[in-house]
Amino acid sequence: MNTIAAPARPVPPARDPAWLGRVFWLGAGLVLLWPLFVATEFRPWVLFEPANVKISAQFIGSFFPPVLNPEFLLMVAKETWRTVAIATAGIVLALGVAVPLTLLSTRSLSISALPGRMARLPFVLRQAVRGLLIVLRSVPELVWALVFVRVVGLGPTAGVLAIALTYGGMLGKVYGEILESGEQQPTETLLRNGAGRLQAFFYGLLPGNAAELTSYTVYRWECAIRSSVVLGFVGAGGLGQQMDNSMKMFNGGEVATMLLVFIALVALADRTSGWLRRALG
Amino acid sequence: MKDEAANLPYRLPPRVFDARCKACWFSLGLVALVVASFWSLDLQWGQFFSAEAARSMARFVGEFFPPDLSAPFLHKVLVGSVETMAMSLLGTLLAAALGLLLAVPASRLHEGDAAWARAPTRLVLNALRSIPELVWAALLLISAGLGPFAGTLALAFHTTGVLGRLFAEAIENAPAGPGFALRAQGVGPLRVLLFATLPQVLPQLVSYTLYRWENNIRAAAVLGVVGAGGLGQLLAFHMGLFHMNKTATLLGAMLLLVAAVDLLSYALRRRMMR
Repeated sequence: MNTIAAPARPVPPARDPAWLGRVFWLGAGLVLLWPLFVATEFRPWVLFEPANVKISAQFIGSFFPPVLNPEFLLMVAKETWRTVAIATAGIVLALGVAVPLTLLSTRSLSISALPGRMARLPFVLRQAVRGLLIVLRSVPELVWALVFVRVVGLGPTAGVLAIALTYGGMLGKVYGEILESGEQQPTETLLRNGAGRLQAFFYGLLPGNAAELTSYTVYRWECAIRSSVVLGFVGAGGLGQQMDNSMKMFNGGEVATMLLVFIALVALADRTSGWLRRALG
Repeated sequence: MKDEAANLPYRLPPRVFDARCKACWFSLGLVALVVASFWSLDLQWGQFFSAEAARSMARFVGEFFPPDLSAPFLHKVLVGSVETMAMSLLGTLLAAALGLLLAVPASRLHEGDAAWARAPTRLVLNALRSIPELVWAALLLISAGLGPFAGTLALAFHTTGVLGRLFAEAIENAPAGPGFALRAQGVGPLRVLLFATLPQVLPQLVSYTLYRWENNIRAAAVLGVVGAGGLGQLLAFHMGLFHMNKTATLLGAMLLLVAAVDLLSYALRRRMMR
């Protein structure tokens, strides 16, 4: 009597069939990353050396309780307003930089490009303006601030100018992209029928893209608030400068209060900007 | 017979000013904010636009030339650039890993997932995110000491907050089908995550990470101003000593580095899109 052998079923692999490859690439990645760890002097154990642990524990311990006496809170409120004001003034000036440059550089408003290729001179001009925008936004705002602090001295002027230039470059570039990616038909029709460039902008380009442009501007305003805190560290005033002072004095309580205020401020700006962008559609 | 007009009554446009006009109140508030900002800041435009400021600006820019291109200094700049580059890369990679670790508890993985850790993890991510890199660096200098290590950690902390939130949104928005199919077979949550959710969102995660890398190279370039290594530290040092020719070289190196990373990341992202 012979037993009937059960037909051999393909056994599904119990393991990930690609595990060898995955492990190999993980290992190779770590080896490739090694120079990075060396170059950045990545030594996490430094954090846990007894001397360092003691200093860190002292500093972090001094965070509690946060300083909450009225005159300090009043000062923090004042500096917070200054931070917001620097960001707002900076963004307004940045608009002054970005809007004309966008109008100059956007392809959609080119009359000579209507039949096909843009003429040489307008092309060169547009590229030059784009180059200017790239330079403006490639220099970090902190570097602009360091430069302006030299020229106008310590104070909010340097911060406002730094934000104006960097954000002018960013806004100009993105405005150009938004305008060029939107609907071109109305603008083109206007231009073909003899409208001026500004007319074509106001009646063709702007209505179609206004919501997106505004929403991006609001988002950048939120970023500018963060920047303006950072600029305080090089002497532009506001919350950053106070934080720098308190940190140098190892006054953890004051640092803690300001960090909390700062987190709240960013959350508030986040909310406002989210709400505005939703309202704008 | 009903009293009906032949044409619809002519509708007047809404009055411009109306207590219920949200846009009016909003514009009014905006104008008030802008005016108050300029008014409260005692900006010294007079000083800035004076002939004296123009001269000092011109002198300042003039001092940049010629940039210092001597071999020993260029070597120093190269070392600084490599350090900045390494800081930005490692900071971003660490942040991507940590961000992914935190994004999982910060997202609702499937419907009916209690996700009890979602709110607290998001709070942590928001706190990490709202403190800028430079402030993190200044705080971390105390425990990590001067140098690029503090800068790398600072970048990693801030970017963890940013990426964690973006990753969590990506994971929550991933199509639920494959994960559902695996769970119906009794596969555990870790494997569902590894073999259904992650493969779907991976391209998006990589693209976010590359985008943050572009941001971080800018940040890494200036972190040194508070003493956290890289080109920024050299910049702060030489600018403080009015070595303007060296400052010019450093600024040039920064621009090149930022442009190179932008180009590389753009090319990589385009390749991935295809």
